[in-house]
Amino acid sequence: MKVLVAVKRVIDYNVKVRVKADQSGVELANVKMAMNPFDEIAVEEAVRLKEAGIATEVVAISCGATHCQEQLRTALALGADRAILVETDAAQTENLQSLAVAKLLKAVCDKEQPQLVILGKQAIDDDANQTGQMLAALLGWPQATFASKVVVADGKTTVTREIDGGLETLSIRLPAVVTTDLRLNEPRYATLPNIMKAKKKPMDVLKSAELGVDIAPRLATLKVVEPAKRQAGIKVADVAELVAKLKNEAKVI
Amino acid sequence: MAYTAPLQDMQFVLKELAGLEQLATLPGCEEATPDVADAILEEAGKFAAGVLEPINRLGDCEGAQWSDKVVTLPAEFRTAYRQFVDNGWNAFDHSPEFGGQGLPRLVSAAVREMWKSANHSFALCPMLTGGAIEALELCGSQALKEKYLPKMVSGEWTGTMNITESQAGSDLAAIRSRAEPQADGSYRVFGQKIFITHGEHDMAGNIIHLVLARTPTAPAGVKGLSLFVVPKFLVNDDGSLGARNDAWCVSIEHKLGIHASPTCVMSFGDHGGGIGELVGQENEGLKYMFIMMNSARYAVGLEGLGLAEAAYQKARDYAKERVQSRAIEGSAASVAIIQHPDIRRMLMLMKSQTEAMRALAYVVAAAHDAAFHHPDAEERKRNLAFVDLMIPVVKGWLTETGNQIAYLGVQVHGGMGFIEETGAAQFMRDARITTIYEGTTGIQANDLIGRKIAREGGATLKIVIAMMRATQAELAAVSDADCQAIAAALATGIDAVVQAGDHIVGLYGANVREVAVGAVPFLRLMGIVSGGWMMARAALVAQLKVGAGETASFYPNKRKTARFFAEHVLNEAPGLVREITVGGASALALEEDAF
Repeated sequence: MKVLVAVKRVIDYNVKVRVKADQSGVELANVKMAMNPFDEIAVEEAVRLKEAGIATEVVAISCGATHCQEQLRTALALGADRAILVETDAAQTENLQSLAVAKLLKAVCDKEQPQLVILGKQAIDDDANQTGQMLAALLGWPQATFASKVVVADGKTTVTREIDGGLETLSIRLPAVVTTDLRLNEPRYATLPNIMKAKKKPMDVLKSAELGVDIAPRLATLKVVEPAKRQAGIKVADVAELVAKLKNEAKVI
Repeated sequence: MAYTAPLQDMQFVLKELAGLEQLATLPGCEEATPDVADAILEEAGKFAAGVLEPINRLGDCEGAQWSDKVVTLPAEFRTAYRQFVDNGWNAFDHSPEFGGQGLPRLVSAAVREMWKSANHSFALCPMLTGGAIEALELCGSQALKEKYLPKMVSGEWTGTMNITESQAGSDLAAIRSRAEPQADGSYRVFGQKIFITHGEHDMAGNIIHLVLARTPTAPAGVKGLSLFVVPKFLVNDDGSLGARNDAWCVSIEHKLGIHASPTCVMSFGDHGGGIGELVGQENEGLKYMFIMMNSARYAVGLEGLGLAEAAYQKARDYAKERVQSRAIEGSAASVAIIQHPDIRRMLMLMKSQTEAMRALAYVVAAAHDAAFHHPDAEERKRNLAFVDLMIPVVKGWLTETGNQIAYLGVQVHGGMGFIEETGAAQFMRDARITTIYEGTTGIQANDLIGRKIAREGGATLKIVIAMMRATQAELAAVSDADCQAIAAALATGIDAVVQAGDHIVGLYGANVREVAVGAVPFLRLMGIVSGGWMMARAALVAQLKVGAGETASFYPNKRKTARFFAEHVLNEAPGLVREITVGGASALALEEDAF
């Protein structure tokens, strides 16, 4: 069984994100980038499926600029067998939306014919939480999102999902799309020999134009602003005043 | 936030100052291309921050426990060590012949800095194993190597250095441990060794002790020392573990710092003799020790750097968070203490010296690689001379400054710095040993002025001075105010080294006592001027990058940091010269009974 894992290059979670002066987006120049943490969980799950003898090949894929090869190398160091970069030009990379990525992934799925595609449930930069769902719809495959447990057997995958009320277990036939939640697994640290080997593993680079899909943005960003600063607190004289303020000013009771 | 590996500065030094790209063209270093180095640093940084740092304070609080000759470390240390070994980090820079990755010292310097920042106690174990590996590799027979090295390289077994005895600290001539030859060619080792780092612990299946001892026919003094391998468990011919050897930890020390690094009293031969095998030739032990010593001293220098970085990060984060008092020039509300000028000065002292230390340490590591891998014999010789001169500076200056920086780290925290839970104090306590073990600062300084300078009439020093002058001239030609200020301070610093060096070479034979009073001040002078030289090179690169349109704030910040170093650290040079050239007599003026 071939497993495809999608990997997104995002701002490292340790970095304090800054909004660009012109409010067109966040500052990406000279900022440390890393693999989206939810995608690390996706890579880990795919590698575990391979180690369990269920998957035969793990292919990591990323869409974006040349630099995304760094994150793909990380996926290779963690145990993926080969990688595919769908390279976009600078203008496209700047505004590569979930639908566009889903279309690019679909085009690659058509070529690669994986039985399972694992993605992070969302990326920590835009928190869109759309790509996996859109990909499943475009492929016409079943989907199980927010997975906290994945079992693959008999041409099906049984996925435990984290939902508001608790846990939901779905059984879906393969091929399918699964997106990962935080509790699915704890990603490993890459071993030194695997970091060294990663360089020698194959990495294919496809130009996005070769895939013949329309990746033009469908959404326009009007502006990006910092979250509002927290206001200073005030002291209330007594409970009555507190209740009045909660009722009339905060309007929470 | 806890420790984060300073990848940007590390990569800057590796690529722009230490010449990683050229290094990767040398035979044996081909694997270490910049992209691979980046990936290694990235993953090592994750391991340091995710596995080693979180157990650093726990190790400090729980420490190593001794009971009935058995030493137990916190369970978390055993788990972390297992993971360290499984992930291949122990094998980093060891020979591929025995399963190592054979990566150059330059890359390993950066990785080891991370281990030391994250968990000094933990990092000591692989460091000692590394020293023992190096000794066996350079001096042991092929049979010994094959027997011990594969498992030591992987980290399945650890190693130790058994040198010190209670009457033989800095003076190895006083060593009394003895080794009696047996009919089968082995030896029985008897004696007690003290201060044996990780001499006994429960993280690995076997511990391979390297022990300095005397054979019955050995001459007195340092010329009669031989080196023996004495494993904790004897190793059978098929590689399996045999009987428990007569090498026991009879107690561990209670120390100021590095609590999770057991410092053992090792007793050999209480029950008939520890079975040992000779390493190399009899009576050549001291020579073998010296081969290892350069590596060990360098590694301790990295501890000074690692702890400085960790202390800086903690102080910086606290200073940005802690709101206290209005700004000195007036402000509407209280401000984060990083806005107070004196806190800023302290943070700059921490940051600028840490960066200078890193640059010097990595450049020396690169020279070490070139000294062993360069195809041209002249280049190898030139690089080795540079390394030999700089080893005492790296050891002495980095550890002394590391202590100062850990001290400042506590100071930035104010009252909270004095509270153990804050964590700043641990760096200060852990750093304290680094100026003492593997040769005190005084020993380093005597090595520097005697063996490394006076003995060769200052020949290598002159070459280094010429290199410094070339950088200075390049910088002086840049019409930028920062560069001008750095160039001026560096010129004064270089003149100071020349003056002090001439004084040492000229007077060493005639009045070695007065010259030796200036040894430690000279080591500091060499440290700050070498560091200033590195910061000047960094400023030059930064200037070029900015000129070429680089927009990252890293580069102008590097230049400004270099200027701070020039004005706050390098400026000590003239005072140190006076201390070195004039201060010898007054230090020795009092009669002994006046004390």
